[in-house]
Amino acid sequence: MMLSRRQLPMIGAGLAVAGGTQAQAQRAWEPQRPVQFIVPAGTGGGADQMARIIQGIITKHSLMRQPMMVVNKAGGAGAEGFLEARNARGNPHVLIISLSNLFTTPMSTGIPFSWRDLTPVKMMALDEFVLWVNASSPWQTLPQFVEAARAGRIRIGGTGSKQEDQIITVAMQRAMGTEFIYVPFRGGGEVATQLVGGHIQATVNNPIEAVTHWRAGTLRPLCVFDTRRLPGEGRITDTMGWQDIPTCKEAGLDVEYLMLRGVFAAPGITAPQIAFYTDLLNRVTQTPEWRELMANGAFNTTTMTGAPFVEWLTREEARHRSLMQEAGFLAAGG
Amino acid sequence: MEEIGLLMQGFAVALQPENIILMVAGIVLGVLIGVLPGLGGANGIAILLPLTFALPPVSAIILLSCIYWGALFGGAITSILFNIPGEPWSVATTFDGYPMAQQGRAGEALVAAFTSSFVGAFIAVLMITFVAPLVAQFALQFGPPEFFAVMFLSFACFIGLSKGSPFKALAAMMFGFLLAGVGLDGVTGQLRMTFGSMELMRGIDFLVVVIGLFGLSEIFQSIEEGLRFKGQSAKITMRTMLKTWAELPRHWWLFIRSSVIGCWMGVTPAGATPASFMSYGVARRMAADKESFGKGRVEGVIAPETAAHAAGTSALLPMLSLGVPGSPTAAVLLGGLIMWGLQPGPMLFVEQKDFVWGLIASMYLGNIVGLIIVLAAVPWFAMILRVPFSIIAAIILMVCAIGAYTVNSAEFDVVLMLIFGVIGYVMKKLDYPLAPLVLALVLGDRTEESFRQALLISEGSLSVFFSNWLVGSIMVAGLTLMFYPAISKLMAGFRSPKPA
Repeated sequence: MMLSRRQLPMIGAGLAVAGGTQAQAQRAWEPQRPVQFIVPAGTGGGADQMARIIQGIITKHSLMRQPMMVVNKAGGAGAEGFLEARNARGNPHVLIISLSNLFTTPMSTGIPFSWRDLTPVKMMALDEFVLWVNASSPWQTLPQFVEAARAGRIRIGGTGSKQEDQIITVAMQRAMGTEFIYVPFRGGGEVATQLVGGHIQATVNNPIEAVTHWRAGTLRPLCVFDTRRLPGEGRITDTMGWQDIPTCKEAGLDVEYLMLRGVFAAPGITAPQIAFYTDLLNRVTQTPEWRELMANGAFNTTTMTGAPFVEWLTREEARHRSLMQEAGFLAAGG
Repeated sequence: MEEIGLLMQGFAVALQPENIILMVAGIVLGVLIGVLPGLGGANGIAILLPLTFALPPVSAIILLSCIYWGALFGGAITSILFNIPGEPWSVATTFDGYPMAQQGRAGEALVAAFTSSFVGAFIAVLMITFVAPLVAQFALQFGPPEFFAVMFLSFACFIGLSKGSPFKALAAMMFGFLLAGVGLDGVTGQLRMTFGSMELMRGIDFLVVVIGLFGLSEIFQSIEEGLRFKGQSAKITMRTMLKTWAELPRHWWLFIRSSVIGCWMGVTPAGATPASFMSYGVARRMAADKESFGKGRVEGVIAPETAAHAAGTSALLPMLSLGVPGSPTAAVLLGGLIMWGLQPGPMLFVEQKDFVWGLIASMYLGNIVGLIIVLAAVPWFAMILRVPFSIIAAIILMVCAIGAYTVNSAEFDVVLMLIFGVIGYVMKKLDYPLAPLVLALVLGDRTEESFRQALLISEGSLSVFFSNWLVGSIMVAGLTLMFYPAISKLMAGFRSPKPA
C-alpha cells in the first residue's frame, strides 16, 4: 500500500508531461540501454504475439534508438515476470505487457503482488471474448444454448485454470443458473480445435483464435461478451460479419468481460521516462501494422493512459476479486 | 494431380535468388542454434521473428522454417559427440549415438543421423503435399482421451528397455514424474511442490535437467577416468560417408516405420520428442538382438532421428491447417503467421495458395540444402574430438551453463544444472538408468494433464479411454506392449522350468 501512494502522484506527473509537446518529452529522456520487454506468458500466445508485434513495429519504423528485447517469463502463471518487473525498481529499461493474469495470478496463487507494484503506462487495447459452439450443434441462438445447458451439463473448454476463460464460464453459470464442466487446455488454438473436433461443446475464445474456423464453417458464434457489438465492416462468412454477432446482453445473458492488453514499466521510474514510453506506444498504435492487427483480431480499440487507466485498473481489480471470490478461486489468505 | 501443379508454382516462389540466400542463412543459423543446448529452435525463431517484419511473408517463413530444419539437424551433433542433447528430441539419439562415438564411429553416427533426419523430413513433406486435408481431419479426432492413450503407448514402448533392475528403472521413472509435477498445475491453476520458492514456480525445465544429467555427469566421469575422451581417433573421410550410405538402404523398413511414427506424433500433435522416444523403443522391441541396443547400434540412431525429423516437419501441418501448433517452435511460427497478416487454419490452404505451396516447396529444398551443409561439416565436427580433453571440457561446461541459462533466462537454472550433473553422476555409479527419468520428465506433464482433462470430460469415468475405436485400439496396443514382457517370460517359464 505504501508503494501505491508514492506512485500515484508520479503517474499524474507523467501524464502532465505527456500532454506537452512530444518533442520536448523525448528530449527530456530516452533509453540509454536496450529495453527489456517482459512477457509474463509463454511464446506463441496472445500476449507474446502482441509484444513481438510492438517490437517489430518499433524496429521497422525506427521509433527508438536502442533495441527492444522480448523475454518470456511465464513461470507460475506469469508471476515470475511480474515479480521480475517489480524487483527492477527504478530501472527505466524494463517494460512488461500484461493480460488478465495481472489480476488473477496473485489472487489464485497467493503470490504477494498487485498491479500497484508497477507503473501503468498504456492500455493498448482490450481483447474480446465470444461464445462459440460447433457449427453442427443444434444451437443456433443463445436461448437454445441456455435451454440445453439447463437440461444437461455442457462441457466448456478454455485456456488455463482460474483465469479469464474460467471466470467467464463461472459468470455464465451464475447468470444462467446452470452448471458447466470446465476443461482447461494450454492455448486458444488448441481449444478451438477441440471444439471443431467435438471433444468439448462450447468455448469462450478470443475472436482471433477462432475466426479461421468460423470462416471454414465449422464453428458458430452465439454472442460477444461486450456492451456493444464488435467493430468491423464486411462479411466473414457468406452470411455474417463481426457486427452481426449479438452482444450477450441483448441475447439475454448479462455477462460482460474484456481482457486488458496493457503495458507497464518498473516501479519508481521518473516522469520523463514514463512520458517517453507513453509517447512511444502512442506512435506504435498509429502505424498501419497496428491497425491491421486490431482489425484482424476484432479488438476493442479503447486505449487509456495516466489517471483514467489507473482508475480503470482499480475498478477491474475489484471486479476480478469479487468474481474470483464468488467462484471460490481465491487462494487461502489471498 | 492438382498438387503437382501447385507445388511447381511453389518451387518457382522458393527458388527466387533472395529466397535461396535466406534458406542457406536459415539452415546455418539453425544448425548453430541446434548445437547450443538450451537455445532451442523456439527461442531462436522467437528472437528473429520481429526482424522478418520487413520481408514478404513467404520469404519470412522460408527463413524461419529453415532455422527450424537446421535446429532439427543440429540437435544430433552434440548428442553423438558429447552425450549432450542440443534439443529435447535428440535425447534418444544419445543412447546409441554416443557409444558409437566412443568406439571411434562418430563419423558413421553423424552421417547416419543426418541422413535419417533427411529421410524422415522428406517422407513427412510428401505426406503434407498429397494428403494434407485427410491428415488434418485425422488430427481432429484427437481429444484428451486419445492424447493420453498416445502418451501411454509411448511409455509402454519403453517398458523393459533398460537393462538391470526393474525396480531401479521404476524408481528413476517415479523421480522423473515427481520433477515433472513441480510448478504450476495447469488443471487447477495451483502451484505444486514449489515450497514457497519463486525459482521453482516456473517448474523444472526438461532441458536443464538433461544438460546436467547427460552432459555434466559425462564430463565428471571422464575426469574420473583420466581426463580424455574415448574415440578421439575418429577419422572421417569421404569413404566413411559412402560406406555408411551403402549400409543404410538395408534399414529401409526401419526408416518407413520410424517415419510413420514421426508423422503420426507430429500431426496429433504430440511433437518430436515423444516421437523419437517411441520410435527408439519400438526399434529395440522389434530387433532380434535387443541387448546390443545402447551399446552403439546404428539402428539406435536412425530410429529416433528419422522419427524426430518426420514429427518436426509434420508438426507444421496442424499449425497451418488447424491453427494448432504441433511443437513449441511451431507455436512461435504460428505467432509469426498472424503477425504477417495471415490467418492459420482451414482457410489458409484455400486463400493463400502462394504462401502455402511456397512454404511446402521450401521444405523440400531446405532439407536438401540442410543435408548438404551438415554433411559437408561432419569432418569439422569430428575434429572437435581431437582437441585435448582439458580444453574441450572447460568449453563444454561453459556452453552447458550458457545453454541452461538461455532456456528461461534464469540464473537459478545454472545451479539446477550443476545439481543434476551430480545426481546424474551418482545415478550412473549406482546403476540407475537415466532414460526412464528423462522420459517421465518430458512426457509426465502432458500425460497427467490429458488424463485429468479426459476424466473431467467423462465426469470421472475411466470408460472414456475405451469409448471409441481410436482411443480403444491405442489403449489396447499400449496395454499389450506393457504386459508383453511379463507374459512372454511367464510362457517361457512354463516351457522350460529351469531359469537361465
